[in-house]
Amino acid sequence: MQTKPEPAVVGDDLIEMSELEVHYELRGGTLSRLLGVGAGTVKAVDGVNVTLRRGEVLGVVGESGSGKTTLGRALLGLAKSTRGTITYRKPRAGGEHPEQVVSKMSARELRELRTDLQMVFQDPHAALNPSMSIETAVGHPLKIHGIASGEELRKRVAAALERVGLSPAEQFMRKYPSDLSGGQKQRAVIARAIILDPEVLVADEPVSMLDASVRAKILQLMLDLKADLGLTYVYITHDLATAKFFCDRIAIMYLGRIVEIGPTDEIFADPKHPYTKALLKAIPEPDPHKVVPRDLPRGEIPDAASPPLGCSFHPRCPEAVAECGWESRDLRNLLEEHWTRQDPSVYESEQGLVGDLGVLDKPQKRVTIGKGADSARVRQLLDRARAENPSEPLWRGVDEVRETEDGVEVVFHKGYDPLLRPSGGVEVACVLYPEPVTPEPARPEDDRHGS
Amino acid sequence: MLTGLISPFRRTSGMARWILVSGLFITGVFIAFALFAPWIAPYDFNQQTVDGVKFDKMAPPDGDHWFGTNDQFYDVLSRVIWGARTAVEVVALSVMFSVVIGVPLGLLSGFVGGWVDRVLVFLMDSLYAMPSLLLAIVFSFLLRGPLGGGIIAAALSLTAIYIPQYYRVVRNTTVSAREATYVEAARAIGAKNGTIMGRYLFGNVIQSVPVIGTLNAADAIGTLAALGFLGLGIQPNEASEWGYDLSRALDDAAAGIWWTTVFPGMAIVLLVTGLTLVGEGLNETVNPALRKRRLRPVQLPPHEPSTYLAEKDDTRFAVGDRETVEKRDER
Repeated sequence: MQTKPEPAVVGDDLIEMSELEVHYELRGGTLSRLLGVGAGTVKAVDGVNVTLRRGEVLGVVGESGSGKTTLGRALLGLAKSTRGTITYRKPRAGGEHPEQVVSKMSARELRELRTDLQMVFQDPHAALNPSMSIETAVGHPLKIHGIASGEELRKRVAAALERVGLSPAEQFMRKYPSDLSGGQKQRAVIARAIILDPEVLVADEPVSMLDASVRAKILQLMLDLKADLGLTYVYITHDLATAKFFCDRIAIMYLGRIVEIGPTDEIFADPKHPYTKALLKAIPEPDPHKVVPRDLPRGEIPDAASPPLGCSFHPRCPEAVAECGWESRDLRNLLEEHWTRQDPSVYESEQGLVGDLGVLDKPQKRVTIGKGADSARVRQLLDRARAENPSEPLWRGVDEVRETEDGVEVVFHKGYDPLLRPSGGVEVACVLYPEPVTPEPARPEDDRHGS
Repeated sequence: MLTGLISPFRRTSGMARWILVSGLFITGVFIAFALFAPWIAPYDFNQQTVDGVKFDKMAPPDGDHWFGTNDQFYDVLSRVIWGARTAVEVVALSVMFSVVIGVPLGLLSGFVGGWVDRVLVFLMDSLYAMPSLLLAIVFSFLLRGPLGGGIIAAALSLTAIYIPQYYRVVRNTTVSAREATYVEAARAIGAKNGTIMGRYLFGNVIQSVPVIGTLNAADAIGTLAALGFLGLGIQPNEASEWGYDLSRALDDAAAGIWWTTVFPGMAIVLLVTGLTLVGEGLNETVNPALRKRRLRPVQLPPHEPSTYLAEKDDTRFAVGDRETVEKRDER
């Protein structure tokens, strides 16, 4: 059974994102604003290099908070990129491809660009103006860009509605969004997106808010539209199962970066990055008798305002090694996890021994704990924690535990922030897959963490 | 268009409907007075004679003067009816002015944000903090010079009080609507900021404006009368005004001349009540938190047991007859 469509003719580069960054300044309290001290930045997209080819479906997959939606919004210029460039090569009849840099466009040029780049939103119930009839809403792009009006506009709206399966169009044109079901609304949203005859459609989780029965229909509609109108898709999702059905290439995002990118088949057949493996394990298995190993990554996605040193995934990674960038905050998590298994009395005494763990909150490679306490006892505490779970990956990254007159100093192994490197048919950013030919000097982690 | 106008009314039920209907009735009577004053009122508002014969001074109600006459030889009934015209004119103008100024300001302030928003919020809050009557008095003093003591001046001094209310409501709704996906979608299709404000936000933020408008109108009647009572409103030679009549009649009330106070006073109370009822009724209709939708019974077609079943057992299926099901009326 062939569920996946024939791979589209993958053509020239259409959009090139290079070193793209979208950082948001955090607003601190009143005092820090008065003093001009920023509360930090959230690195929603943090150095993404990816090229979108004409006619392909690129899947962008990741958990909530991985920056995939921001990436899609930046592509359309809806989110302002703070660094890096997005280059759009507009295909022309004469075979010319004039380059346009989205990230440097003025508001006027951006509006112009919207005739070529369009977006389908996650929540169809919110994406349509509740006080606008379907006819006005779907036809509004044509009106805004001065392409059609009057009878011509009406005809094109009707055609677009019929095209997305809202037929007879006459019946839907007079209706308001509140009169339609979720699937119908999403069809109307798609109609509004294709009415300008765009090149690229960014679909941000277009089916995640819909009933399961409607999902497949909407995805099939999008595939039909792609074939008929020669569209290129960026399909943003957290659901690898639909991505497998829908995408030619998949990019896995984690904390604002692409950690693995490659053809769908290769990603599914041979996932390389531990995070990709974890995501694949999380796909629900329809057969209840089949036992699937579910060693999903522990914990939550970290705070994007202060990502872990080294590889962002290392605190949750089951395969982490010494070079992954272990640091003081990981030690804090380990100790706190250790205490969850202890008696309250043991916790009291151990907690009193090491005192306030706040010193560990600042990311450091060399940290002293238990200031002023008996260093031998602090060391015993660390040994106990280690003995409890010797296979804990953190200990691989600890070079030295030393008693000093000040307390116990823990020295972590030098870590690396892995870059995206080709490995087999895919590209992966993981220390386990080093550059095969010429070892490139990895970016030192200080570069990543400005403080 | 017409169905659009009456649809909120059709959605009402019970108490809300009675409030709205009685309010609309009272307000309608006064609006009819205002529109047709020259034909309804027996005399002009500043008429003291008929056929060369002067009216009696402070004559009690009789066949010629149903509401009597006052100390200026005017016919009280005519003053009351012409007063309705003044009140409706002033209130309609002031509500219109405050909507026209307050709504766009709120929309702009909420959408643009930043320092524009801060300055406007500060300005409006300072206006809002002042006692409204005091503000109206100050403005009517200021406007009396350039505009005289006419209807426009009175309407403008009331406008100053009510702008902050529209501004606040619209601004706050805009701030929350600005983040909606449909606004982002509008941006994604290439809409300019002006288009987003006009076509995408406006229709979604003005929904509570009619309610505030009617309630403000009721409040404005009272404030206008207060201004007139203090002698700061419309000048007596320009138009008939209830508040002014009341202040003149106050001294006579002690002497047992009741008709000069009771009728203008009644007019004020009735119109304020009518407008408040309309406002509250609209609020219960438009505001989803208060709204109770009407439940209409749905009559199912009578159940006709097929011959086969009827022969077998009549009684078991008799229950199906004339079953009424209450269905929520969504439209």
